Amino acid sequence: MSLLLATVLLAGAAACGGDSDSGAITLYSGRNLSLVGPLIEQFTEDTGIEVEVRDGGSAELAAQILTEGDASPADVFLSQDAGALGAVSKAGLFSVLPDDVLEQVDPAFRAADGTWVGISGRARTILYNPELVESPPEAIDDLLDPAYNARIGFAPANASFQAFVTGLRVIRGDDAAREWLEAFAAQDPVAYENNIAVRDAVDAGEVSVGLVNHYYLYELIEEVGADSVVARNQFIGGGDPGGLINVAGVGILESTELADESLEFVEYLLGPDGQAYFASETFEYPVAIGAEADAALPALDTLDPPRVDLSDLDSLEQTQELLADTGLLTK
Amino acid sequence: MIPLRLGPSSGGRRAPISLLAPATAAALIALLPLWYLVDRALAEGLDALLAEVASAQTAALLARSLGLVAMVTALCLVIGITCALLVVRTDVPGAKAMEVLLAVPLAVPSFVAAFAWVSWRPSISGFWGATLVLTLVSYPFVYLPVSAALRRLDPAQEEVSRSLGRGMLATVLSVTLPQVRTAAAAGGLLVALYTLSDFGAVGTMRYEAFTWVIYGAFRAGFDPSRAAVLACVLVVVALVLVWAEAVVRGRPNHARVGAGTPRPQARIELGRLRWVAALPVLAVLGLAVVFPAASVVVWFNRGLSAGIDWSGLAEALGSTVLVAGLGALATMLLAVPLGILSARHHGRGSRILERSVYVAHGLPGIVVALSLVFVGVTVARPLYQTTPMLALAYAVLFLPLGVGSVRASVEQSPVALEEMAHSLGKGRAGVLFGVTLPLAAPGIAAGTALVLLAAMKELPATLLLHPTGMETLAMSVWSDTAVSRYASAAPAALALILLSTVPTWMLTRSSRRVGA
Repeated sequence: MSLLLATVLLAGAAACGGDSDSGAITLYSGRNLSLVGPLIEQFTEDTGIEVEVRDGGSAELAAQILTEGDASPADVFLSQDAGALGAVSKAGLFSVLPDDVLEQVDPAFRAADGTWVGISGRARTILYNPELVESPPEAIDDLLDPAYNARIGFAPANASFQAFVTGLRVIRGDDAAREWLEAFAAQDPVAYENNIAVRDAVDAGEVSVGLVNHYYLYELIEEVGADSVVARNQFIGGGDPGGLINVAGVGILESTELADESLEFVEYLLGPDGQAYFASETFEYPVAIGAEADAALPALDTLDPPRVDLSDLDSLEQTQELLADTGLLTK
Repeated sequence: MIPLRLGPSSGGRRAPISLLAPATAAALIALLPLWYLVDRALAEGLDALLAEVASAQTAALLARSLGLVAMVTALCLVIGITCALLVVRTDVPGAKAMEVLLAVPLAVPSFVAAFAWVSWRPSISGFWGATLVLTLVSYPFVYLPVSAALRRLDPAQEEVSRSLGRGMLATVLSVTLPQVRTAAAAGGLLVALYTLSDFGAVGTMRYEAFTWVIYGAFRAGFDPSRAAVLACVLVVVALVLVWAEAVVRGRPNHARVGAGTPRPQARIELGRLRWVAALPVLAVLGLAVVFPAASVVVWFNRGLSAGIDWSGLAEALGSTVLVAGLGALATMLLAVPLGILSARHHGRGSRILERSVYVAHGLPGIVVALSLVFVGVTVARPLYQTTPMLALAYAVLFLPLGVGSVRASVEQSPVALEEMAHSLGKGRAGVLFGVTLPLAAPGIAAGTALVLLAAMKELPATLLLHPTGMETLAMSVWSDTAVSRYASAAPAALALILLSTVPTWMLTRSSRRVGA
């Protein structure tokens, strides 16, 4: 029986074969294939370089790369957020990107040691329903007003919300962050499964305000038309923690044998085609210097977000413990 | 010549090497994740390991997980046994159809069921939310073996009890139920281990169980060592559960001579109560089958506007059939020798081999998946991220489903059948292939179906180990729901549920064959 099993396995292996010699770069993508797929096809068409994509959760892929170590089949890792990139970088598995690539992006949106670079940004906003709220909150402390009791929607398990809380801890310190979260929990906010559910609840008037990323509103507008959408975005400026800008980014594995092709891919993502794709498909902020955001969005340089080193947002586990402690995350 | 053996019990008989060798291979493969766990758990040193294990937080987590395991297992036992009794042994209306439908929840991935509830009422969450979802997706693990055992019972025992003046209810409680104890215990163990290892439901319901924190250690802390230490605690819990099940199960002693020709059992006539008796079964079906299916159909309708990618769907369907099929094949090739060994040889060695396959079953999928990533890149680099490696991962994950089914089915037939064949001059191989394997056939079919169902909806290992460029239905559902495109996830989710009705039908059919 074991012999039979071995035969089956080996036959299967022979049938599948390895294709590591084909010259195609292997991309571990924390962003959905349906999202990055068209862009990658365009890249292959323009450069002749094939890309094999394995998509998964950013964090799971990071864990996989950490386990694979030097033996990783991945050439490039594209992550939804900076935390997963930081973990791979800390393990010393990324190579340092050349200066001319790094310099295409504002230093706020890339690793200080040059191991990864942001490709698109998302701002935290307070979404509000103008039929229920006359003057929307301008800072997160405004949310603690009794008027918002049981009127706030949020998605506690969402990575972007947790990144905002991590930013809050970095900016104000752990004690002040806990104080804010306790006051926030006392407001009896309504927990939803994800940002889309929060957005829909605000738009439908189930809650008055919601903590989300900026692009969810524009996705809804594109889906159903501007006339059918009630909710509005309040961008948070003045360096308030509520206006944090986080990025999706990319790094090249030190172990790659296709360094030139991988670099070409990273440059493509930061080039005009790549940046325009994110701006128009996902309504995210392009982060390459000079690239323009969708016309419906306020320009990136007018936002005045809090100054946080994105590499400092890696203490997510403590954030989750704090959220669990204050009763916001788990039941 | 083979020496005659006429001993009353096979307990002391030495197992033939032709069983022992593949069974040992199966156990070793099932234990592969431990290699990775120990390697990572000791990465920070023994002191760090002990400190983490002994921390108050770990104890609190353990209590929360065990609470969930106890509640879900108890509810599944009640629901599984009640439903089995009603549809197999009474004249409840629609029994035949309900018999099949009751197995369908095995086809529903826990994250899909959980999302259906949460999107209906966001307030459903925490302990009771997780209990609801896990109970509704895993009670068939109890229902299936118990209904198979009920069909197989010799009606003579109940008749004796009735003729001695016991009432119907008393007979069911004192004669019928004790005879399904073994089947219920085996099913309860699978439910308990499933609950212990599940992340889909506790994640969506935000219940802070052990798996939640293990995922957090990977996802938020990027700390494989801490995750490994916590996973080692789960291994110990799984071992305790396996031991407890063995105590409850006891020695099998309900084998009946003449397994091939049981007398048909009379269904208990409920009279006017038969319509009332249908209500609990209908309630279970409504919550466990109709509700998630209706949610998917609602998403599906919304998704129609977006159009369906038929070729992508067909390709995902083909990939799912291929990898789940190969996974089931690999699992059953390993499970059959081990199942027969543990049914026929009760020595300590065979016990250890059989129980070792349950160890990884209590671990969350991400841990098993990463451990196979580790094994793959360390010793099987050419196989890494190929279909055979994925099939092997399914074997590690789902061996208990196969071993349990084969064991149960062989145990039901008296060992005297094989001894008779021996005495008539058949060689060992002749007995194995001519007598034992045919006896095991219903169990092999049931085990194959269970593994197929589990492999089709498996996610964490599939995501990490699939061949690049391949997508299964479960991956496609995940990939859309992960970015909250529920409408585009609906066709694949529906296809997955429809595809799963094939092994589900196999399951109910093989469980009928055991009885008839």
